Amino acid sequence: MLKIIKNRIEQGHKTTSYPKEPIELYKRYRGLPKINQDCDISVVNQCAAICPQDAIVASERKIDLGKCTFCGRCENVAGGAFVTFSQDFGMGTATREALLCDGSLPALADHAKDHFKKLFGRSLQLRQVSAGGCNSCEADTNVLNTPFFDLSRFGIDFVASPRHADGIHVTGPISKNMKSALISTYEAIPSPKVVIASGCCSISGGPFYGSSEIVGDLSAIVPVDLYIPGCPPHPLTTLHALLKFFK
Amino acid sequence: MDNLLHIENGGIVKRSDIPLVSFDSFATILSEFVENDGYIVQFFALVEGDKNKLIAVVRNNQLFILSTEVGENFASLTATASEKFHMFEREIAEQYGIVPKDHPWLKMVRYHANYRGAPDAFGNNYSEDIPGNYSYFQVEGEAVHEVAVGPVHAGIIEPGHFRFQCSGEEVFSLEIQLGYQHRGVENLFTEVPLKRLPIIAESIAGDTSIGHNLCCCQALEALGGLSVDPGAQIVRSIALELERIANHIGDLGALSGDVAFNPPAAYFGRIRGEFLNLLQVLCGNRFGKSLVLPGGISQIMTAEQSTIIEEKLKELEPEIRHVCDLLFSAHTVQARFEQTGTVSNQMARDLGLVGYAGRASGIEYDARVTFPTESYRQLPANRNEMTNGDVNSRATVRKEEISHSIHLIRLLLNKAGETSSTTIMQDFTLEPDALIITINEGWRGEISHCLMTDAEGKIERYKVKDPSFHNWTGLAMSLRNEEISEFPLCNKSFNLSYCGFDL
Ligand code: SF4
Repeated sequence: MLKIIKNRIEQGHKTTSYPKEPIELYKRYRGLPKINQDCDISVVNQCAAICPQDAIVASERKIDLGKCTFCGRCENVAGGAFVTFSQDFGMGTATREALLCDGSLPALADHAKDHFKKLFGRSLQLRQVSAGGCNSCEADTNVLNTPFFDLSRFGIDFVASPRHADGIHVTGPISKNMKSALISTYEAIPSPKVVIASGCCSISGGPFYGSSEIVGDLSAIVPVDLYIPGCPPHPLTTLHALLKFFK
Repeated sequence: MDNLLHIENGGIVKRSDIPLVSFDSFATILSEFVENDGYIVQFFALVEGDKNKLIAVVRNNQLFILSTEVGENFASLTATASEKFHMFEREIAEQYGIVPKDHPWLKMVRYHANYRGAPDAFGNNYSEDIPGNYSYFQVEGEAVHEVAVGPVHAGIIEPGHFRFQCSGEEVFSLEIQLGYQHRGVENLFTEVPLKRLPIIAESIAGDTSIGHNLCCCQALEALGGLSVDPGAQIVRSIALELERIANHIGDLGALSGDVAFNPPAAYFGRIRGEFLNLLQVLCGNRFGKSLVLPGGISQIMTAEQSTIIEEKLKELEPEIRHVCDLLFSAHTVQARFEQTGTVSNQMARDLGLVGYAGRASGIEYDARVTFPTESYRQLPANRNEMTNGDVNSRATVRKEEISHSIHLIRLLLNKAGETSSTTIMQDFTLEPDALIITINEGWRGEISHCLMTDAEGKIERYKVKDPSFHNWTGLAMSLRNEEISEFPLCNKSFNLSYCGFDL
């Protein structure tokens, strides 16, 4: 008992005051890219050529955040002449198109469907389905339940049964072998329900795009309401998206 | 034994130098090898010209390679020599439709059509969902009942299917069906441009990004003639240890949660995040993705980052010690951990368990010591004392490895004066007609990648083995005659990778 109390004192209070107060991530964290629209096209082409995810649409000078793994390689081309990163972790969008990004994203709060805010704003129960995920998206979603983020304080919880859920949160490129289980889980959730695509895998196949063993796009199977980019999304990216979209 | 070719971890082998023997000698040599405390690192098939080939890479305290040619089937070594071959032979049947005859349990592994377009070894046409036409193993009897769990589980975890055959609370048999996470990684590696390889390797198992990507990049470095400076090696080794600590701490927290002892679960959950943040300090990603590239690292570690790591360790090390003490000295925890899910030394040897699962059962093997890469040649080994093979031993090994890894990182930080330069992903050509095998001790144990290039230097075969490939069977065995309520505890004490297994 004494040990429990001693440890309790040593641990103290660790929960972040985000979103009331802003939170700074270490500068090497990348987040939303800053894109130079006036960049010389040859540099843009060079960036597109080295991008492992083929996420850069050179002709439009845009980056598809649904494909990008935020590896940072493009930042090293010509000293960041085309791309640098802003450390802004708020990157959730309500549409797939909005992820094709010129450096700015539409304000998520304005694009959230009103009835979702009304229905789920005070309580949101989600069923998580990993469908071919590498376990980093899953791990950094789980992290939201640790004392630092303490997701429950916002009335958001991950639940065991789809029958108790208001929606699904999907990670992974949807391996063929998980497709049916994913659809069954979706169907088992009472309507109205939300669908969240988390991580570039569920949005575009991510690192596995082109593989014949995956579906590679969640929206090809079920309608998606909220997209959260990243490889994996930073816990704050997920938290930001959930709060903006539902609160 | 004379026919086995001695090879080095990360050393190039000319394909023409790989000894090719008749299947009979192949079987005899390998049987004898594994009988004398030898283990299998890789055992896989490929098609060479119009011939089906089997390649085996085995280890005692050295590495050896051997190959043979087979037709549409071969005599199973699982049946005659050792269980160590069991999963590998099933994989060969699934990937190439080459059937190990008389295999005692010839069942699909990940459930996909074979690469060769050969008749399916399991009679599936893949129009049906997993498990196809396979009917799960069943125990019959009046008091016997079956519990089926998954693929979708009651938490934020990866999918897999578990079938328990129970009498009352007692588990007679646990069958584990994986494959739900299969993304076709091995084939993808052979189809995509080099620039994508590290990105894919980092996502084979995201909790082992550094471990798998090291295997991939070390192979590409050797085949591409790239050298890595010592400063970069230090950062890579630090990253691998941070990955190890983060996962071990996370698992100790989860074990604590599974016995309903909440304070350590909460504290360890938060402390784990601190270690992930240190990876983010190194490279901008909490899982170390993007850090390792062929030829070095994407961002150097300056005094600023090394100070942050050093200071964090100073702050967290006593906290970890105290929370460990809280966890391991609680009688209620001990009562649940001790003599639960025991895997005997003999069983562990028979199955060829690796990593902490092996070490907790008294198999000392640690690839950082036996086949050192990066900076490990100059670093001290860990020796764990608790080898009873139960949950308590697997938890204690983690505790010991956490303090050992902290010690290693401190040693590495002291050496890190040696500067290194950043590397950018460049195009390079690979040595043609070569085979290379790389091994690293990831946090779960021995990870191994094997690459084979063709005459043009294109990757023809890319074989990946996550330590979970060995250890899932260990988990199934640990449940024998246990109460089914012990499953979460046993499962967490192994914490195996679904996606690392499924590829
Ligand atoms: S950060 Fe994104 S856009 Fe830039 S190279 Fe990496 S994947 Fe491509």
